[in-house]
Amino acid sequence: MTTGVVEGIPPDPILERREMVQRVARKTLDRRIVVSGAMIGLCGVALVLAVIPLFAILYSLVQKGIHWWSIDFFTKVPQFPSLIDPNDVGGISNAIVGSLVIDGIAALFAIPIGIVAGLFLAESESKLAGLLRTTAEIMTGLPSILLGIFAYQMIVIGFDQWGIKLPGIGFSGIAGSFAIGVLMIPVIMKASETALRGVPSTIREAGLALGARRGVVARKVVIPTALPGLITAVLLALSRAVGETAPILWVIGASTMVELNPKKEMASMPLQIFQSATSPYVALREEAWGIALFLVFVVLVINLGSRLFAAWLQRERR
Amino acid sequence: MTEKSKDFSVKSDWAHWSVLYGASGLFALICAVFLISIIVSSIPAWSHSGASIIYGRVWSQSTNSFGALAIITGTLATTAIALFFAIPIGVGSAIAIVHLLPGRLKILLSSLVELLAAVPSVVYGLWGLLVLAPWFEKTVEPGLAGITGGRFPFQAPPEGVSLLLAGGVLFVMILPMIVALSRDAIAVVPNEQFEGALSVGATKWQVIRKVVLPGARTGIVGAVTLATARALGETVAVAMVIGLNPLFPPSLFSTASTLASTIALQFQDATPLQVAALGALALILMAMTAIVNWFGRRFVRGSAFRAGVI
Repeated sequence: MTTGVVEGIPPDPILERREMVQRVARKTLDRRIVVSGAMIGLCGVALVLAVIPLFAILYSLVQKGIHWWSIDFFTKVPQFPSLIDPNDVGGISNAIVGSLVIDGIAALFAIPIGIVAGLFLAESESKLAGLLRTTAEIMTGLPSILLGIFAYQMIVIGFDQWGIKLPGIGFSGIAGSFAIGVLMIPVIMKASETALRGVPSTIREAGLALGARRGVVARKVVIPTALPGLITAVLLALSRAVGETAPILWVIGASTMVELNPKKEMASMPLQIFQSATSPYVALREEAWGIALFLVFVVLVINLGSRLFAAWLQRERR
Repeated sequence: MTEKSKDFSVKSDWAHWSVLYGASGLFALICAVFLISIIVSSIPAWSHSGASIIYGRVWSQSTNSFGALAIITGTLATTAIALFFAIPIGVGSAIAIVHLLPGRLKILLSSLVELLAAVPSVVYGLWGLLVLAPWFEKTVEPGLAGITGGRFPFQAPPEGVSLLLAGGVLFVMILPMIVALSRDAIAVVPNEQFEGALSVGATKWQVIRKVVLPGARTGIVGAVTLATARALGETVAVAMVIGLNPLFPPSLFSTASTLASTIALQFQDATPLQVAALGALALILMAMTAIVNWFGRRFVRGSAFRAGVI
C-alpha cells in the first residue's frame, strides 16, 4: 500500500491512521481468531453443560417411571406397602381425579375473570389499566406458596378480623381450587391481553363504524378473531396450574379415596409426588417416578397441544 | 388517543364496561385481600418479636424465638449459588443456540428449553432428592472437600441433602428460563449490525462481545432478574433437598433452610404464634420477590415471556 508520501506534500493523517489500524488488525489477526474460536467453543461447552442436566432429568423420569404405568396404576387407590408385598402400593386414581376436580373448578372461575380482565387491559388506555397490569405482572412472579397461605387463611380457617367474619370450610378441594385459580388469573390476563391486542384495529374500527357498540364488537369481532391466542393463553395457564404443588401443600388435606366432593379433603398428583418422594417406604419413593412421569406427560401434552392447536387454527383461518 | 378516551367513556356502552370493570375489580379485590391476609396473619409475630424477626439469629418454636437471619441467609446463599452457575452457562448457551447451531437444531433446542421451563418444580425436587443427593454425598461434596482441603465453606461431613444441593437444583430449574429469555434478547439484535461488524474485520467473538451482548444487555439483565425472583421464591423443590435446619449452616455441605422451604415444611404442625411467624417470613419473601420482579419486568418484553409461562 502507498501512504501517499509524495515529495513536498505532507502525509494525509486519515490515510496514515487507516494504515495503522490495518497493520494492527493484521498483526493481531491470528490472536483474535484463536480467542474467537476459544470463546465460541466455550459457548458450545456451556450449551452442552446446560443440556446434560435437562436430559438427565428426562432420562431418569422415563427410565424409572415408565414401568409403573399399568391399568392398576391408573385405576386403583393407593395403599401402604405391607410386609407381605412391600412393592404393592396400589394406584393413583384418587390423585388423578383430585387433580381434575381441583384444577377444573379453578379453571371454571379463573378463565372468565382472566379473559374479561385481559380484555379490559387491551381496550382501556387509562391509568387504572396500567396499575392493574403492573399488579398482574407482580402477581405472576410471586412465589406460589404465598397463595397457599392465602387459601389457608381465607378458606380453610376463615377470616375473623375487624368484625368481618367468614366461616372456614376446612381442608378441602375448594381451598386448593381457590389457590390455583388465583394463581391462574393474572397469567391468563396477561396472555389474553397480548392475544386481544393482536387483533388489527382496522377490524375493530370497521365494526364500530357500522354502528355496533363496543360490547358487541368485543363479543362478535374481537374475541372470535383472537380465539387461537386466547385458547393458548388458557391452556398454558392450565399446564402451569396442573403441576403446582406449593399452593395446595396444606390446604387440600389428603385423601386415599376417589373423592368427587370438592368440600371434602382430596388428593392431587403433584402433592402425591411430594408425599411419596419424602416417605420412608422405598416402594413409595420409587412410585413417585411413575406419578412424576405421568404429570410431566400431562403438562407437556397440554403445553404442546395448545401451541399446535393455535397454529392449526391460525392456518385454517387463512 | 383522543378517540380511545372517547370510547372509554362509560356512557358509550355501559353494559360492556361494567362487565370489564367487574372482572378487573374482582381481581383487584382478590389481590388486596391477599395482601391484607398475609399482613394480618403475621401481626402477632411482629408484636411478639418486633423487627428482631429480620435480624434475630435463633429460630426455635420451643422457646418461641423467631429470628430469621439464618433463614434469609440461606435464601440468598442458594440463590447466589444457582446464579453463579446459571448466568455464564445460560447466557453462553443462548449465544450458542443463536449463533452456532444450524436452523433445524436451533428450533429443536429452543422448543426443548421452553418445554423444560414448564416441567413442574416438584419433579425437579424429586430428581434432586433421589438422583442428585446420593451423587452429591458420595462424589461431589467429598471431591470438593478434597480439592479445597476442607477449608470454609467446604468443611465435611458431606450430607447430600444440603445448601449446595439446593443451589444445584435451583441452578437446573432457572437455567431454561435464563436460556429462553436471553435467547430472545440476543436473537432480536439486527443481523445487519452483526454482518456490518464482521465486514470491517472483526472476528465472530468480537462481534458478539462488542455488538450483540451490548444490544441484548437489557433483555439479559431482565432474564437474570426474573430468574433471581424465581430462585428466591422456589418452594417445593428446595424444601425437598435442603433439609430443615433454621440455624446458620456452618458449611455448604450442611442442611439449611430458605424462607419458602421453612414456610412449606413448618406450617402444618405450627403453633399459632409460629403460624404468625411464618406469615412474617411470607411477608419478607413477598417483599423481596415483588421488588426483584418489578425491577426485572422493566427490562423484559421478550416473546417467551409474553405468554406468561416463564
